[in-house]
Formats: sequence, C-alpha cells, structure tokens
Amino acid sequence: MLLIHCPYCEEMREEEEFSPAGQAHIERPLNPEEISDEQWAHYLFFRKNPRGLHHEMWLHAAGCRKYFNVTRNTVTYEIMETYKMGQEPNVTASKEGQS
Amino acid sequence: MSNSIQVESPLHHAQLDQLIGQSNSGGIILHEAALLGHLNLRGNSQDAEFLAGVKEALGVALPITPCSSAKSTLAQIMWLAPDEWLIVVASGSEYDVEQKLRSYLKGHFAVSDISGAQTILELSGSNVIELMKKSTGYDLHLDSFPVGKVVGTTFAKTGAHILRVSEDKFQLVVRRSFSDYVWLWIQQGSQEYGLTIV
Repeated sequence: MLLIHCPYCEEMREEEEFSPAGQAHIERPLNPEEISDEQWAHYLFFRKNPRGLHHEMWLHAAGCRKYFNVTRNTVTYEIMETYKMGQEPNVTASKEGQS
Repeated sequence: MSNSIQVESPLHHAQLDQLIGQSNSGGIILHEAALLGHLNLRGNSQDAEFLAGVKEALGVALPITPCSSAKSTLAQIMWLAPDEWLIVVASGSEYDVEQKLRSYLKGHFAVSDISGAQTILELSGSNVIELMKKSTGYDLHLDSFPVGKVVGTTFAKTGAHILRVSEDKFQLVVRRSFSDYVWLWIQQGSQEYGLTIV
C-alpha cells in the first residue's frame, strides 16, 4: 500500500483514498477550429506511456475530492513529489538527467 | 390523508428509537444524530470579505486549516476541502441559517441545503477505538487524529467524514445511500463488544 501526500489535506493518506486520473499538464488548444483533426486527436486521445519518470493527475476521492499532480516513477512506483493543480513540478526528466 | 410531509432519517427503517434501552452494557455506544440541518458552503478561503461574512453570520471563524473544525452555539463547521465546508445546525434551523449566510455573503459563493443527503452517526464507548480500527485505515493515535480534527477517509470501504469529538467519541457523516450499509457494518463489527443504542 502506498502512502500519498495530498497537497490540499497536507498529510500522507493511504492509497485506497485516491484514484489515478491520467497524464497531467495537458493543455486544451486555444484555437480548436483552426487546428487539424490530427492535432485535435493528439490532444484528446494520445498519451505518454513512459518507462520511468511521469507526471500524473490523481484524485483524492475519499478525502477533499481535489485533483492534484504526482511525479512518479512508473518502474519503481516511487513518488517523488505531489503538487497542486496549476503548479509546475520540481522534479522533471531533464533535471533528473543532470543529477 | 394528511398533506404534511413526514421527514424520515435514512435509518428510519432500522427503528433505532425502539432499540434504545434494550442493552446498556455494550462496549460500543451508537447514537444517530438524525435530521440535523446540513449546509454545504463553498467559497474562496483567500477572500477576506467571504471569511468575515461567514464569521458574522455563524458567530465563529471558518476553519481554513486543512482537516480542522469549529463550533459555535449556532453551528458545527467541518473543513471538507480548501474551498468547501459542511455546516451542521439544529434540526429545522437550516433554512434560517442559509438565509442568514446569503444575506451576509456577496460575490462568488454557494450555499446548498443537503440535509436530506446524509446523516450523522455518533460512536463512543469503551471499545470504540477497536471498532474504528476495524473500519478505517486512518491512524487514530491522538498525535495524528487529535480532538476536533475532521478527516475525509474510507470507512468500511465506503467514504465518510470522521470528526473526533473527544478522545473516545467520533461523529461519522455518511451518505444517505450508504447509511444502511454502515449501520449493518457497525452492528457486525461491534458484536464482540456489545452494542448500545442511545
């Protein structure tokens, strides 16, 4: 069982309280009429499936019912950080590479 | 036939009032705080005007620290999320309190009367910690769950907001549709300790 830090409740909670909600930081195109079907399809359906570091959205379903972001290693399940919606991650693949 | 509508708690069918006094030696004491007024309040906790308005209307400052609660003579307020609170008031006063909040608040906020959507179960007794340990994964130690704290967590695989009223007394806010399930769970879970309804 994972313990996940909810940035809104500000404490560690059991994994059972949460549900994953897919890739984070997906921006809706500002000009949907002007872009091609292929670009729209990429926004709607195409998701990363990385081996290693990944940014995901999670929902604190049984607690505050807020979405937040998680930086997670998909191989080891290690959670590097959790941060609120609208914030940028501290741990990214490029920074990982440097260290 | 009468035209008046009879309000019923979601545990009406359990006839808890008839079970009162049937046993008084149980290690678990259950009381349904039925038919209280529940108001859901949403607003921006960064907005000083919103906070001042709520304080004016309810007589107590809105708890903005995560998982905290506050109490006044009028209401019991529980923190649900950074922009959401549950206000529990005396039975029948929910409409007046709602109107009072509306008269004091301006701008972007929402008050909803959700009294029919949920009920409150109060658990106490000498074995209450054991029963809670069976039911929720949350750490019940006083260091992590002090008196006055309210946590939204899982209870018997369903969700509940749990308020610690005192060291050995908890209030569960459960959904109407899950209240029967929770009632059955409490009955089964407290079999080894004995259950007293008050």
